[in-house]
Amino acid sequence: MRDFSYLRANSVDAACQAAALPGAMLLAGGTTLIDLAKCGVTEPETVVDISHLKGLDTITVDDRGVTIGALARMSSVADHAEIKSRFPAVSEALWQAASAQLRNMATIGGNLMQRTRCPYFRDPANFPACNKRTPGSGCSAIGGVTRGHAVLGTSEACIATYPGDLATALVAFDATVHLGDRQVAADDFFLLPGATPHREHAIEPGEVITAISIPASAAAGRSTYLKVRDRQSYEFAAASAAVGIEFEADGRTIRDLRVALGGVATKPWRARAVEEALKGKLLEADIVKQASLLAIEGAVDHGANHYKIELAPRVVARAILKVGETA
Amino acid sequence: MTVHEIRTRQSESKRGDASDGAIFAEAVGGRLSRVDGPAKITGAAKYAVEQQLEGLSHAVLVESTIAAGKVRSIDTAAAESAPGVLLVLTPDNVLRLNTATDWLGTPPPDVPYCPLARDITFSGQHVAAVVAESFEQAVAAAALVKVSYDETPAIVDLDDPKAGDGIPVDTMTKEWGDAQAAFTAAPVRICAAYNTPREYQAPMEPHGLIAHWQGDRLTVWEPSQWLDGMARTYAEWFGVPFENVRLVSPYIGGGFGSKAFAYGYGAVAAMAAKMLGRPVKLAVTRPQTFTAYGGRAATRQTVALGADAEGRIQSIVHRGVNETSVDGMWVEPLGSVTSIMYATPNFSSRQNVVRVNTVVPGALRAPGENPSAFGIESAIDELAYEVGIDPLEIRLRNYAEQDPEVKKPWSTRQLREAFAVGAAAFGWSKRPREPRSMRDGNQLIGWGVAAGTYPVRRAYGEAMVRILTDGSVEVESSSIDMGQGTYTILAQTAAEVVGVPAENVVVKLGDSRYARAGVTGGSRLAGVMTGAVHKAATAALDELVGLAISDPNSPFHALQANTLVVSEGRIRSPRGDGPDVSIAELLGSVGREQIEAMGDTTPATWTAEDRYKNNTTITMALPHTEGDYSRHSWCAHFIEVRVDEDFGTVRVSRVVSALDSGRLYNPKLAESQWKGGIIMGIGQALLEEGIVDRRHGRIVNNNLADYLIATNADIPDIEVISVGIPDLHSSLLGGKGVGELGIVGVAPAIANAVFHATGKRVRDLPITLEKLI
Ligand SMILES: Cc1cc2nc3c(=O)[nH]c(=O)nc-3n(C[C@H](O)[C@H](O)[C@H](O)COP(=O)(O)OP(=O)(O)OC[C@H]3O[C@@H](n4cnc5c(N)ncnc54)[C@H](O)[C@@H]3O)c2cc1C
Ligand code: SF4
Repeated sequence: MRDFSYLRANSVDAACQAAALPGAMLLAGGTTLIDLAKCGVTEPETVVDISHLKGLDTITVDDRGVTIGALARMSSVADHAEIKSRFPAVSEALWQAASAQLRNMATIGGNLMQRTRCPYFRDPANFPACNKRTPGSGCSAIGGVTRGHAVLGTSEACIATYPGDLATALVAFDATVHLGDRQVAADDFFLLPGATPHREHAIEPGEVITAISIPASAAAGRSTYLKVRDRQSYEFAAASAAVGIEFEADGRTIRDLRVALGGVATKPWRARAVEEALKGKLLEADIVKQASLLAIEGAVDHGANHYKIELAPRVVARAILKVGETA
Repeated sequence: MTVHEIRTRQSESKRGDASDGAIFAEAVGGRLSRVDGPAKITGAAKYAVEQQLEGLSHAVLVESTIAAGKVRSIDTAAAESAPGVLLVLTPDNVLRLNTATDWLGTPPPDVPYCPLARDITFSGQHVAAVVAESFEQAVAAAALVKVSYDETPAIVDLDDPKAGDGIPVDTMTKEWGDAQAAFTAAPVRICAAYNTPREYQAPMEPHGLIAHWQGDRLTVWEPSQWLDGMARTYAEWFGVPFENVRLVSPYIGGGFGSKAFAYGYGAVAAMAAKMLGRPVKLAVTRPQTFTAYGGRAATRQTVALGADAEGRIQSIVHRGVNETSVDGMWVEPLGSVTSIMYATPNFSSRQNVVRVNTVVPGALRAPGENPSAFGIESAIDELAYEVGIDPLEIRLRNYAEQDPEVKKPWSTRQLREAFAVGAAAFGWSKRPREPRSMRDGNQLIGWGVAAGTYPVRRAYGEAMVRILTDGSVEVESSSIDMGQGTYTILAQTAAEVVGVPAENVVVKLGDSRYARAGVTGGSRLAGVMTGAVHKAATAALDELVGLAISDPNSPFHALQANTLVVSEGRIRSPRGDGPDVSIAELLGSVGREQIEAMGDTTPATWTAEDRYKNNTTITMALPHTEGDYSRHSWCAHFIEVRVDEDFGTVRVSRVVSALDSGRLYNPKLAESQWKGGIIMGIGQALLEEGIVDRRHGRIVNNNLADYLIATNADIPDIEVISVGIPDLHSSLLGGKGVGELGIVGVAPAIANAVFHATGKRVRDLPITLEKLI
């Protein structure tokens, strides 16, 4: 670990200024940053500690929706009564993420910014080639161990999976990321790797995530987050789905549907084709299963991750049926 | 703070429930809680590398990034001039060490030993080390060491075409009858291949040490399952007398077989400490725990079973292969359960080892028995379906009434009882025969059974017991407690023999200055040490009673008794007449500071050299088939799984295991160990696998986020039932092994349950979702 300087920001403005310094990195809960510094992936010159900033950890709920401060802890958001009742998918995505210890430390802002779990990305000493770490150096994963890698949104430069759970729910429910005054739709906040996998988020140097907001909707109120993995806890998703549903007055015809996938794509993956295919339809198992196959349109596997192509539509279908069938 | 200090402050442990006929929790057989528990939970327990030493410096290893080839050059210039750096060690400036005797007592070749490699045989091998004032400085400087290599093609694993068939291990060959012919002639035949991947011990406390030289005396604080064995290695490496090395290891945060030996990093740290004249700490990082020493070797087995139409086995033909390293030899005995579990007139087992570019594999909970059971206990299940009988029934039909291999009676084998008791508690009789016949929504439910076994490894031990002025008792031994409960059961043993409450017994372990001890491994320690402490405590009690009877200043002198009883720390005559004094009062009146007695279970004819061998090698251990009996622990696991039909995820929803470990010295601790083994078995069955990048011969999931061990959420309530009876052929007090038994048979029971649930037979561990989807 290299020497670095440490600054404790005492206002958002000060944090933004410090974050604009070359080699500066924000420190919130530290569960990603310190981990990656130990692996030798991040070598900040200045660590800007924002964890003590006042007022950034509030959670405000009103008729229009919820606004969650960037420093709110994963555990407090997961346990928040109104988030549980009005945005169950958000609560469920959070409590199924990481471990209790990590959730007590980790913040919502940091959570959005977490990096991929690609093992090659995390081991620079042994695998110098990684376009995400060092643009133009190549990709060590392609042709290697790819069980966890993405099948959607990949490029020749990078096939790394976006690992987070919360963002999948945020993308499904049209959340907005607040960078001070600038606002970016969650779906636009996460970038496809394309030829520039080192650019992961639509955030510029000197910007700080201050909050996220999620608009209230009937679909968000009737939603779930289904996470499938080998280990029951403390593992990233093999495939996951955030799903919300709203019925017409008949209680059977789908009026609004939100579907996003996690664990299978290079960014939180909104599956609009599935949504469109099912809007106006009755909730029936066969129809849902058929439509769910649209979730993996265009998927490309790299051998060991082929199972994700089978798995993802099944997860989507199960999640839709689960929220649809519960009264 | 020592265990004793914490306990005397708490002194809360009074009587518990009784079992095995013991009246008090504190007696042998009672359910006394772990006496070291509070120290560990409150953080007061100080682990080896937590020692604070004046002038401590920090070593960090530099590891090879290739799996095969040679180090061309090492550029240390930048590292040497980095802040705080005291020393950069490479093969060019190491001290010359000797090669040490190994655990089997093999005399070492007269060649120097270098813990830093020039010839690279696996990725992650130590090639250099940096020592600095602070850990952070050492880490930073280690990243500046530039190693260049001439790389050659590596053999990455057993599937590598370059790996070949390997080397036959003749000592593993077991044959009787004509297995091949009998198999060919059998009316019912099955033959299948069963594979287990590289698995790792993953102890909570990673390895590491602090090495400190004072003149030619070396003290090493290091978590250790074998203080004397490791002290001998250090002594021989550095050419100093055995007595000059002191190993200290008061607590061990899990070993599972991985902490019995001194490894290369230990040599690096001790060498650096000697060169610098300062204590050096080297803490192995979590990723390094996958390459600084070996986990369980990957294995392949084929099991062919020939049977008659009723499922009676006529022949077993077994072939096994395990990985070993390019320059080391590890044999994982794959035929160990195959040859004893079932009666068969014809048998053949052979084994090869295949050299691949890996660190030499090592012991992991039930080495040999564990993968062996996965093969035979899966195969017999397949045979049951082939014949069309219940998997439990086929096991009973082929029950081995004696050891089929050595043709000797079992000392005790409560396996039939285990099947019966386990099946009843589980409700096995309600099991539908056909696969895929139980379901709950999307979940397919399956029930599986498998048996397990582990040999009784016996050795000799010694212990020191003191009765102190204040009437308390002290036990000393250089054996260790890695969580399995040595502190507790030795306190119970001494308490029962001397006649004091267990809370008045202080057990001191984990320091090689105490009475010498052999390895803690192979589930032998409890049997060895309870015997030794029993003897030492009996000698101390005899001396105490002798003093009370015969010392002129004793209050009992006038009584002219020929014996006295000691209980609850007080001395009385058996009839209750005469004085009633505490041990402290008696020692006071006769003017004795303390009573001290060594006790051992070693043969009277033994020389000092024999004792040394007993404590530093395994050559003096008794084979489990020595004499008239074959001695083993036994168990039967009944497991329910739920498999999500769409997702392929397997959840273990119920476990009932009945186990025969003979007499239990402390049922509570034995149950915990069994459960720990079962939990590890669930992880092995469903999650654990070292994943190799086949282009680089490197484990890529070398951390605890990616190498998956079971979490609490993966574990249902586990019911364990003891069916053992005291086995005096196995140990002085009648116990058999506990620690390794529980894991053996869990993986096949789960695989069998998965088959029952889904109709899919998975023969490759772990059973991950893509294998069932
Ligand atoms: C072993 C392990 C398992 C995990 N499992 C899961 C899982 O299953 N699902 C899941 O979703 N997550 C998982 N995580 C990731 C975890 O959720 C993130 O590490 C955590 O949310 C990051 O939050 P933090 O506050 O600790 O961020 P930090 O480590 O402090 O920061 C992370 C990054 O975000 C930047 N940053 C922090 N705050 C801001 C801000 N306000 N504005 C702009 N940039 C900011 C930092 O500069 C840094 O680059 C796991 C992590 C670990 C270590
Ligand atoms: S997949 Fe992406 S992150 Fe992984 S090695 Fe390739 S470029 Fe790097």
